[in-house]
Amino acid sequence: MTIAEDPATTNPGYKWVGTRPIRPDGFEKVTGRAKFGADLYLPGMLHGAVLRSPHAHAKILSIDTSEAEAMAGVKSVITGDDFPPAMGKEKDMASNTIARDKVLYEGHVVAAVAATSRAQARAALDAIKVTYEVLPHVLTVDQAMAAGAPVLHDGMLTKGSEPAATEPSNVASRVIYQGGDLDKGFAEADVVVEHEFTTKPVHQGYIEPHAAVADTTPDGRSTVWCSSQGHFAMRTYSAQVLGWDSGRIRVIPAEIGGGFGGKTVIYLEPLAIKLSQKAGRPVKIVMSRDEVFRATGPTSGSRMTAKIGATKDGKITAADVHLWFEAGAYAGSPVGAAAMCCLAPYKVENFTIEGFDVVVNKPRVAAYRAPGAPISGFAVESVMDEIAKSIGMDPIEFRLANVVEEGDTATYGPKFPRIGYKETLEAIKNHPNYQEPLGPNQGRGIAVGFWFNAGMNSSATVNVNEDGTVNVLTGSPDIGGSRASMALMAAEELGVDVARISPNVADTATVGFNDVTGGSRTTLATGGAVVNACRMIIEDLRGRAAKQWDVAADQVEWVDGQAQMVDGSQPPLSLADIAKGWARTGGPIAASASLNARGVGAGFSTQMCDLEVDPETGVVTIVRYTTAQDAGRAIHPSYVEGQFQGGVAQGIGWALNEEYVHNADGVMENAGFLDYRMPVASDLPMIDTVIVEVPNPGHPYGVRGVGEVGIVPPLAAVANAVDSATGKRICHLPLSPIRILDALLEG
Amino acid sequence: MTFNPGGLPVKYFSPSTIEEAVELLSSGPNRRVFAGATDVVPQMRSGRPAPDGLIDLKGIERLISVTDTGSMWVIGAAAPTVRLTSNPAFVASFPGLAEASGLIGSDQVQSRSSLGGNLCNSSPAADSVPALFANRARAVIASGAGTRTIAVQDVPTGPGRTSLAPGEFIIEFEIDRPTTNSGDAYFRLTPRTEMDIAVVGAGARVDLDGAGTISSATLALGAVAPTVVRVPDAEAALLGAALTNGAPSDDVLAAVAAAASAACNPIDDKRGTIKYRRHVAGVLARRSILAAIARASAA
Repeated sequence: MTIAEDPATTNPGYKWVGTRPIRPDGFEKVTGRAKFGADLYLPGMLHGAVLRSPHAHAKILSIDTSEAEAMAGVKSVITGDDFPPAMGKEKDMASNTIARDKVLYEGHVVAAVAATSRAQARAALDAIKVTYEVLPHVLTVDQAMAAGAPVLHDGMLTKGSEPAATEPSNVASRVIYQGGDLDKGFAEADVVVEHEFTTKPVHQGYIEPHAAVADTTPDGRSTVWCSSQGHFAMRTYSAQVLGWDSGRIRVIPAEIGGGFGGKTVIYLEPLAIKLSQKAGRPVKIVMSRDEVFRATGPTSGSRMTAKIGATKDGKITAADVHLWFEAGAYAGSPVGAAAMCCLAPYKVENFTIEGFDVVVNKPRVAAYRAPGAPISGFAVESVMDEIAKSIGMDPIEFRLANVVEEGDTATYGPKFPRIGYKETLEAIKNHPNYQEPLGPNQGRGIAVGFWFNAGMNSSATVNVNEDGTVNVLTGSPDIGGSRASMALMAAEELGVDVARISPNVADTATVGFNDVTGGSRTTLATGGAVVNACRMIIEDLRGRAAKQWDVAADQVEWVDGQAQMVDGSQPPLSLADIAKGWARTGGPIAASASLNARGVGAGFSTQMCDLEVDPETGVVTIVRYTTAQDAGRAIHPSYVEGQFQGGVAQGIGWALNEEYVHNADGVMENAGFLDYRMPVASDLPMIDTVIVEVPNPGHPYGVRGVGEVGIVPPLAAVANAVDSATGKRICHLPLSPIRILDALLEG
Repeated sequence: MTFNPGGLPVKYFSPSTIEEAVELLSSGPNRRVFAGATDVVPQMRSGRPAPDGLIDLKGIERLISVTDTGSMWVIGAAAPTVRLTSNPAFVASFPGLAEASGLIGSDQVQSRSSLGGNLCNSSPAADSVPALFANRARAVIASGAGTRTIAVQDVPTGPGRTSLAPGEFIIEFEIDRPTTNSGDAYFRLTPRTEMDIAVVGAGARVDLDGAGTISSATLALGAVAPTVVRVPDAEAALLGAALTNGAPSDDVLAAVAAAASAACNPIDDKRGTIKYRRHVAGVLARRSILAAIARASAA
């Protein structure tokens, strides 16, 4: 690990921020004591199981649950009829949770059962009789957009189409970003490269399957335990599907075994709540891995075209990018974000980026780490690489020649504030790995990536205990080390040893609202709320010290965890000293802060992949991988590095072997980790990281989100390295041994 | 004792003698022996009908022993394969078989997985089987009628099927110690380095005579046909071949690769295409033969 210092903003000498203490949740996790979604058992708890559609597209003609309901041990059975009609803006979420008149993908929920054992619940599923009228289905954007294709949603008119759509189709919407004059731009180009690309849906692949336990009273109040990226969101969404006030639901967060965006949406919670209400007993539902693949996530498959022109001295003159993204069964692919991100790292005057959101008979896509950006990045970064090669320019120099900096207008609209993109390019250029010689059949690929990062809403409560220890409560599930970051920022603010700070993830009834842990927002936004609450505590402590010393509050300052008289006329009072006497100074010391985070700092990453291709088998071995990313400020550098490496690891899997394989009937053929090939540890080298720190001016410590942008460059970095090793430009993912060998044998 | 990976109770037996195991196997309608359960438990979890009783062979000392008798190695059918890969004398004798055993699943799996289970699960992609074929291993089979010994290559008859009669199970394998300079090797192709199933596997064994020419060669391919297959045409091409700079002529190697590709009767599936499997079978056949020759030359 190295930290590239921005000379303009050298480390201001923090005591805790930037250190690497053991994470507060680490002991419980490595010893198996942490309680994940499936770990809770309540007295009298029933086991739920879910009946799913075997068809990719079908009308439900009838559901007969009478036989299942009569079975021994079966305590409740639910279908779509147990929920209010799906309507309004939550319509898609409600009908994705449980189908009403139509199933739209294999795995779509049709009914659910709660019984006294898992085996009995599963047996009851077999006793439910569903009559389907199977409909023709579409699996790809091309099938979905073909003339005469079956339309998934009767009333779907393409939003944003020109002229306005009048006939229903499977194209949910169109987005477009444009600037300058494309024809003029291409006319100025010395070289124009154009390719068509395809990618397959890939799953987030979190290790923990979805799980939920609900305990609902007969009058309709429920306590839910589940692992998610946001228990407030689980509460809100469940209430919407049930037609309840959200205050009737309390969601208690379990530890989360990975999410990567895929646990920002509901699947099981409303089913467990309703089954429990009907049965009068708590109900637990745990998905199998098979169900996770067939019915949750993934992210979009796509078809794309990218045409880019540049002068021979490396100035990009025009870019024309078109994206068609699979949304799965309901509108909502990340094509908009993909369109906004793909050219964001480049100063380009003449451009068109057009995107289409297309529904197909596959599971509804969910967010996946920088949603959409890796996909469009694959197309654009592949073409950029080829342009650099064709004009004989180093790929980093080519990007430096078109780099966006503070004050430049991004292709998606806003002006960039201070960003650290150029610094990531230079960090790779100056990295010793960039000078490592390549062996036979080895290649080197460079790619860059951009992600906005998010702000959104957060709350935190800071409670000082009577012995001067501190409890920090937030409502942000800890998915990537956020407890450690919260503790470090609180320690820095309060001047207290980080070991005396206890960071907690509190439930929906005990802390203010927090949006999901997603969008790389938690260290920025929830961290901002923690900092604000700590500053309120300090104000309070200064006031208490002033009271004790009988001086005005402005005569007291807070330094190194102590209240001090400005003139030094009193012995300082520590946090613990003031806490000990709190009964005399106003009672317990606590503060809560809530915010809508402003000042979000965008994330950029530059990556270099060195790999070797076996020319006789097409097998790729990653030899070295180097990533430089702007963290703004690394609060806990180990977890920042972990985020960098995790994004790269997932991106390499996406590039090389991961894909949803569907048969002609629309049934997934590889719904397990054996044939859905995520990389295992032995597939990857240690990924070298460079933390670039160009502080975000919008955050008290300069934090930018770090969780997502790391997955944006790898798809193209790997493809560019394969091209470098073999001379073969492959525009279709995954770059499996079969696909690479086919390209090599073409000659 | 019962356990229920698939939700349904299954009877579990742990005999300590072969006789007891024979008795238990024939005293129920649908009983199965198992060693590491690395196939049977996942199969039950994935919904295959559970047997009515499972007989754990790991309590029988002879079935988990690995012994060098001087003239041959005797490997208990239920011995965890880690006992092969961590046995330096065995690894020195049959490095290819040891490598193949070290590719089953992962380190964790190899603490449970056995050669008997890998063979009798009868997957054409089983990693240890081509190496057992190549080394002309024999299987010793027990039943109520006593024991009989057959060639390992006569055990699998198709995916999930073996030539074993009801009531029979393998107790151990015998592999003769080579009497001349000899080497074996196993190569497989998987998209991942671990936790994967061979798209193609190739096991080879080469013996050299005193003059350094090939006196015997065997080649077996996995995952390219309903069972692991020998490649007689490749073996014939190698027999009597002289070595130059430690390798047979390019013509001989080309013949080996062509014979291997021709011996394939693969399927197109989610793990590989026919075209890919044929091509890579030839590549791995050549590589495994060359590696076996290199080891034989160094022996």
